[in-house]
Amino acid sequence: MTDTPAPNHPPETGAFFARDRLWHPAAYTPGYKTSVLRSPQKALLSFGNTLSEITGPVFGHSIIGELDNDLIHNFAQPGEAAIGPRIIVHGRVLDELARPVPNVLIEFWQANAGGRYRHKKEGYLAALDPNFGGCGRVLTAADGSYAFRTIKPGPYPWPNGVNDWRPAHIHFSVFGSGFAQRLITQMYFEGDPLIPLCPIVRTINDPAAIEQLTAVLDMNATIPMDATAWKFDIVLRGRRSTLFENRLEGN
Amino acid sequence: MPQTLTTLKETPSQTGGPYVHIGMTPNFCGIGGVFPADLGTSMVNAKTKGERLTIVGRVFDGLDTPLRDCVVEIWQPDAEGLFPGPSEWRGTADANFTGWGRCPADAESGEFRFETIKPGRVPFPDGRLQAPHISFWIVARGINLGLNTRLYFADETATNAEDPILRRIEHGARRDTLLGTRQGNVYRFDIHLQGAQETVFFDI
Repeated sequence: MTDTPAPNHPPETGAFFARDRLWHPAAYTPGYKTSVLRSPQKALLSFGNTLSEITGPVFGHSIIGELDNDLIHNFAQPGEAAIGPRIIVHGRVLDELARPVPNVLIEFWQANAGGRYRHKKEGYLAALDPNFGGCGRVLTAADGSYAFRTIKPGPYPWPNGVNDWRPAHIHFSVFGSGFAQRLITQMYFEGDPLIPLCPIVRTINDPAAIEQLTAVLDMNATIPMDATAWKFDIVLRGRRSTLFENRLEGN
Repeated sequence: MPQTLTTLKETPSQTGGPYVHIGMTPNFCGIGGVFPADLGTSMVNAKTKGERLTIVGRVFDGLDTPLRDCVVEIWQPDAEGLFPGPSEWRGTADANFTGWGRCPADAESGEFRFETIKPGRVPFPDGRLQAPHISFWIVARGINLGLNTRLYFADETATNAEDPILRRIEHGARRDTLLGTRQGNVYRFDIHLQGAQETVFFDI
């Protein structure tokens, strides 16, 4: 599973910057009802990173298949394609120092164009698309960039309040180079009027943090007569410089 | 006006939601043919060095109901205490060990299960050795930011007593929430999100 890193990217060994837990959603957010019984209530134990947090799994290109970045075709029958507005999602994975994070795995999943997921616990009456599975993955390039093709997911209702709707969104799971960078988030689409109404979006307090989750239409990356493009950059925790770090004798 | 720091904010977290399996374990939830296998299902092979262990457990909510829709990931060093991957500067880990596992909770029982090896000891930044441990990360519907904790081994009495992280936990009963208990080669590690038995979660 481990590939040798490119020689121009020395191993990352610094501890991570402290996480800003006021920027992230709190654990207990009663507007999102499921969080009530699933939120730890005692204080978290804070400590500086050890090797267990600084290191993390690395994935090689060998796991990536030809259609992993094409949700329009990766579940479709031969010659067929998923139904819905064709889009490209692209961006870069950066750290908090705005440095590209290369060779990291991004996984993504989403509902189909009608807002229906392919999952046995899904009960929405919108139709399944027989040619849409809803998952994909990519590795970031040397400049931290990534891109994939998909269809724009539909919004959908969900049982929380009596009339709560999720804005159109794509889920992202991101690995960094250390286990403490592990992140799951959701990408929204610029201009969606459901964004400010959603109880899950509203677990985030700072409007600027919500904007950070909102992809922007990128006409320059759009492919004429094919697909619109949406730019979504992802920022992972930054690492301290190891220049002045205390090291054990002999290390 | 002083200079400004040109730093970015970390992308804020959102819940993995009820369909987290579609993206992380698609084969588990019946989406076949996209990826050949779900990542993280196998950590060891026949040549992996070290003592074979099975880790099992469940994640309980505040009413002691097991979560049947969570996904658990673990990360640990090899039997010598070396981590696979480029961030490990002390040596090269066992090439037959991935160090990383991912397991969705069973849809009926809520149980997760990892086939792995006993991890070696890893130094704390000040040079003291930590007790053997496995890092856990838990995501699910209703969890807004993935939860970090560690499994320690209940039968490692001496090393646990000198572990810098365990020693930082003020209440002895809370310290015990991080101990996996042994039966044969199986360690059980139940995680409680709330209540008197609430697991110690980390801000790391």
